[in-house]
Order: sequence, then C-alpha cells, then structure tokens
Amino acid sequence: MKTEFSTPHSTKRRFRVLKEFLIKAFLFICAASSVLVTVGVVWTLVVEALPFFDDVSLSQFLFDREWTPLFENAQYGIMTLVCGTLLTTVIALLVAIPLGTITAVFLSEYSSEKMREIFKPILELLAAIPTVVYGYFAMLFVTPLLQKIIPGISSFNALSAGLVMGVMIIPYISSLSEDAMRAVPLHLREGSLALGASKFQTSFRVILPAAFSGVASAYILGISRALGETMVVAIAAGLQPRLSFNPLESTQTITAFIVQVSLGDLPQGSIGYRSIYVSGLVLLIFTLVFNLIGQLIRSNMEKKFK
Amino acid sequence: MNRKAEVKNLNFSYSHSALVLKSVSLPIFENKITALIGPSGCGKTTLLRCFNRMHDLYGNVKYDGSILLLPDQVNILSTDIDPIEVRMKIGMVFQKPNPFPKSIYENIAYGLRIRGIKKKSYIDEKVEDSLKMAGLWQEVSDRLHTGANSLSGGQQQRLCIARALATEPDILLLDEPTSALDPISTAHIEELVASLKKKVTILMVTHNLHQAARTADYTAFMYLGELIEFGESSQIFTNPKEQKTENYITGRFG
Ligand SMILES: Nc1ncnc2c1ncn2[C@@H]1O[C@H](COP(=O)(O)OP(=O)(O)O)[C@@H](O)[C@H]1O
Ligand SMILES: [Mg+2]
Repeated sequence: MKTEFSTPHSTKRRFRVLKEFLIKAFLFICAASSVLVTVGVVWTLVVEALPFFDDVSLSQFLFDREWTPLFENAQYGIMTLVCGTLLTTVIALLVAIPLGTITAVFLSEYSSEKMREIFKPILELLAAIPTVVYGYFAMLFVTPLLQKIIPGISSFNALSAGLVMGVMIIPYISSLSEDAMRAVPLHLREGSLALGASKFQTSFRVILPAAFSGVASAYILGISRALGETMVVAIAAGLQPRLSFNPLESTQTITAFIVQVSLGDLPQGSIGYRSIYVSGLVLLIFTLVFNLIGQLIRSNMEKKFK
Repeated sequence: MNRKAEVKNLNFSYSHSALVLKSVSLPIFENKITALIGPSGCGKTTLLRCFNRMHDLYGNVKYDGSILLLPDQVNILSTDIDPIEVRMKIGMVFQKPNPFPKSIYENIAYGLRIRGIKKKSYIDEKVEDSLKMAGLWQEVSDRLHTGANSLSGGQQQRLCIARALATEPDILLLDEPTSALDPISTAHIEELVASLKKKVTILMVTHNLHQAARTADYTAFMYLGELIEFGESSQIFTNPKEQKTENYITGRFG
C-alpha cells in the first residue's frame, strides 16, 4: 500500500493548522491577561501618583517628619508610613520565620503520618481565618495581655499587630517550606544519618539547606504578605503615622493609611486623593524590591550548591 | 586471620511479612574485602543495613540474633546500644552517589563537624587525607569550595567514599557502589576499594560477579534470605561446594 501524505494546501491540513493556531492564540490570551492586569494596575498607580509631585517636592516627601496630607499645613513625610510598615513587617517576620521554619522541620522530619494529618488541616485553618478576625483578636485579646506584661504600652501598638500578623503568616511559610523539605530525596537523609548524625543535625544542616530554594520562596511570600497586610494593622496598630521604630506606640502603615482615607470622601484629583496613589506606589516598590532581593539571594545560593 | 565482626543467627523481617534474613551467620575478617552476592531481592541490602542499624530509622521491622564487633564482643544489634554510636563507627556508601548540596570541602568536613570537631587545621588535614585516599585529591584540590554536584557521577561516588573515610570507621559498608556508574568510573572505584582494605574492613554488596571475583577476598552467596555459602572468593568462584552457588555463578539463574 502506498503511504499517503497530505499536500500543504489540502483542506484537512489547513484546518488542522488553523485549529492549532486558534488554540495557541487562546492560551496566549489567557496567559497574557494576568500580565495585562498587572501592567494596568502599575500604570494607573503611576499616572495617578505622578501629579502628586506637582504640589509636593521630593525632599518634602522624603524628609518631612510627619504625614498629614489631609490637614491644613499638610506635611508629606512618607517615611513615617514606611517606618510603620517596616516595623510591623519585621515584628511579624521575627515570629513567622522561626516558628514557620520549625513547624516545617517538625512536620517534614519528625512527625508521624498521623500527627501530620492532624496538624496540617489546623494550620490551613489558620490561613483561612479572615484577617479582620485577626485584627480584632490582636486588639481585644493580645493587646490587653501585653498591657499586663508591659505597663507603658499604648492600646494601639505595632507590637500586638506585628505578633498577630506573624502568627497569621506562619502557615504560608510552614506549608511551602515543608513541601520543599519533603521533596529532598531520602538518600540525602540517609547519607547524613549513616555518618552518625542525629535527626536534628540532619534536619538543620542537610535537609534545610538542600531545600533552601523552596524555603526562600516561602520567606519571600511571607514578606510580601506582611508588607501588604491591611486589616490587622489598621485595626490594632492605630492610625498615627510616626517616624519611630518603637513597637510599644501606635503607628500607621501604608496600607492602613490607604484604607483610612479611602473610607472618607475625597474629591478626585485633590492632594489627599493623590496621596493614596503615591503611597500605594511606594508600597509596590518596596514589595518588588524585597522580592528581587529574595530572588537574587536564592539564585545565588542555588549556583553555589548545584 | 583476625575477625572484625561476626554475624550470628540473624533473623530479620519487615513489618509482618515473611523472614527476609533466615538465621544468617557469617564472619567478617579484618582488613579484608567481603562481598555479598546473590539474586536481587535475596536480602543483601537488608543484611548490610543491619550493620549500621539503618533499619531502626523506620521502625516496623523485627530482628533477632547478633552482630558482634570484635575483639570487644559487643553486640551492635542490642537495644542497649545507641544506633548513632554504631553509625559513628561503621560507615556506609550508597548505591546512588548522594553528596550533600554543599561544597566538596564541607561534604567531607560534615562527618567531623557533627562529631564536635571544630579545629580548622585538623579538618583541613582530614579533608586532604580522605580525598587522597579516595583518589580524588588531584582532580579537586583546586576547587574544594565549589559545589559537590558539579562533579561527575564517578567523582561524586569517590567523594562519598572520602566522606565516609574521614571519620575513620572500623567497617565500611558499600551497597552496590558502582551500579549507577559507567565502566571507567566503575574500574576506578574497584581499584580504590582494593587499595582501601589496608586501612579499613570492607563489606560490599555487588550484583556484579566479576567485581566480586576481582576485588573481594571473601564472598558470601545469599539466596532467598539464606546464606548458602561463604568462603574465599577464589574458592567460591572456581570450586563452589553448593549446587545453588554453582548455578548462580555460572549464570543458570538470577
Ligand atoms: N522497606 C522494605 N519494606 C518491606 N519489604 C522490603 C523492604 N526493603 C526490602 N524489602 C523486601 O526484602 C527482601 C530483600 O530485599 P533487599 O535486602 O533489598 O534485597 P537485595 O539487596 O538482595 O536485592 C525483598 O523481598 C524486598 O522486597
Ligand atoms: Mg540491594
């Protein structure tokens, strides 16, 4: 029997080529839409934020010691909000990174299958609690508790908000880190144990470094979550921008400022309105910079080890 | 000839299934290479991993009998003995090279560091010695601080041998150390193993009969969990006493 090939112009073949093209186009549009939305968001932010600097000089923006864009005699010191954001983020990470990592080590290296089956859903529940609930938990439970331990602490403070935010982020860090650690091949574990290493030494000196790439991703996600978290800080940390890193005082983060002013009525194009965009842009830049640093560290470590 | 260890009536089973090792008894001679051969699934790896109590990591196993470490007559299978201390004395090299995701230097230093050794000059010296013993020094001395994963498979396996040697084990266990390697790397490892017996007693599982005949002083043939025959390699491979051994080495089964 003669083998038959279609000619380039046969209908069947043209139809097949067209079909493939349409499928490819469809997939491209789906993939591109999220990129487009991102570009759109950034574009809006930049366009709406830039006119802010028609009225406010860059040096005011960077060096003013207060942030009162809605008052008379307005001041525009963004660093106050940056302080609040960094302060609560650092407190949250001081809680979430150690506890999240230890939880991951426990779940991946120490716990039995049964224990894991109990632990994981509970951790996932922790991630499913609405952040407003966390906010009120911080304000109504953690803050009074702190007030008993630290007398001078104010009723809105960065410490309480940061601590609770840290707890909130634990599951993000532990879950991703655990996945990364469990993906480390068994023969690396056995190689370490066969040398006489304890489980503890194996976990922290072999498995964790071997899983570093995944663990670093988990940390980066945690940082992004902390920087962008809104409700907890808006509720529990207060609404008082401050150029200080004192965790016992009230403070305001960029996100908390944005919800605060968004709730009010602001004439479009006013300086208050622009201040929302400009602070949003600053937050975005921070998140991007942290992400970038994280990626750099990660790829550096990968090169070193692989 | 000195005995380094002695396996006595060792029975072993995984969870509730049948015996995988059936009353195995076998001497291990000091500064000699002993090969474990036999068809796949006959229990070679299981026996080997009894020597460093690797089974204890997974629970769900049952064993009785003893492995005496000589001359002290300590039964390393006894529940009174800490498995970690056993592993400190008995090194192991696995089927697939498994260097840690660390530098070449740190791979070898690891065994020393977990033993609490901190002195840099001592570690430096040990790293160099072990790499020289493993025949890898010339190839890597100028890049000790690069990642171990940049080495070829054969080099990685020699690194793993060096890593085990650095801690000066009494016995070195090798589980089919060349099964994942090409012929040239395999030849390297065989030479290396042969040269190591001056320093350490070696117990090696291999599925490669030529390898056993070439490198091992003694050979143990196992079949379905039983030790069928043990003797000098020259005798086992030229003049086996048991019919099953003869069938196996002439390729009639397995
Ligand atoms: N972890 C395990 N759990 C249950 N059975 C096992 C396990 N490992 C090995 N076995 C069984 O034990 C027997 C011996 O295996 P093994 O010692 O690996 O043989 P060999 O190394 O000679 O190929 C085989 O039948 C195998 O299926
Ligand atoms: Mg095996």
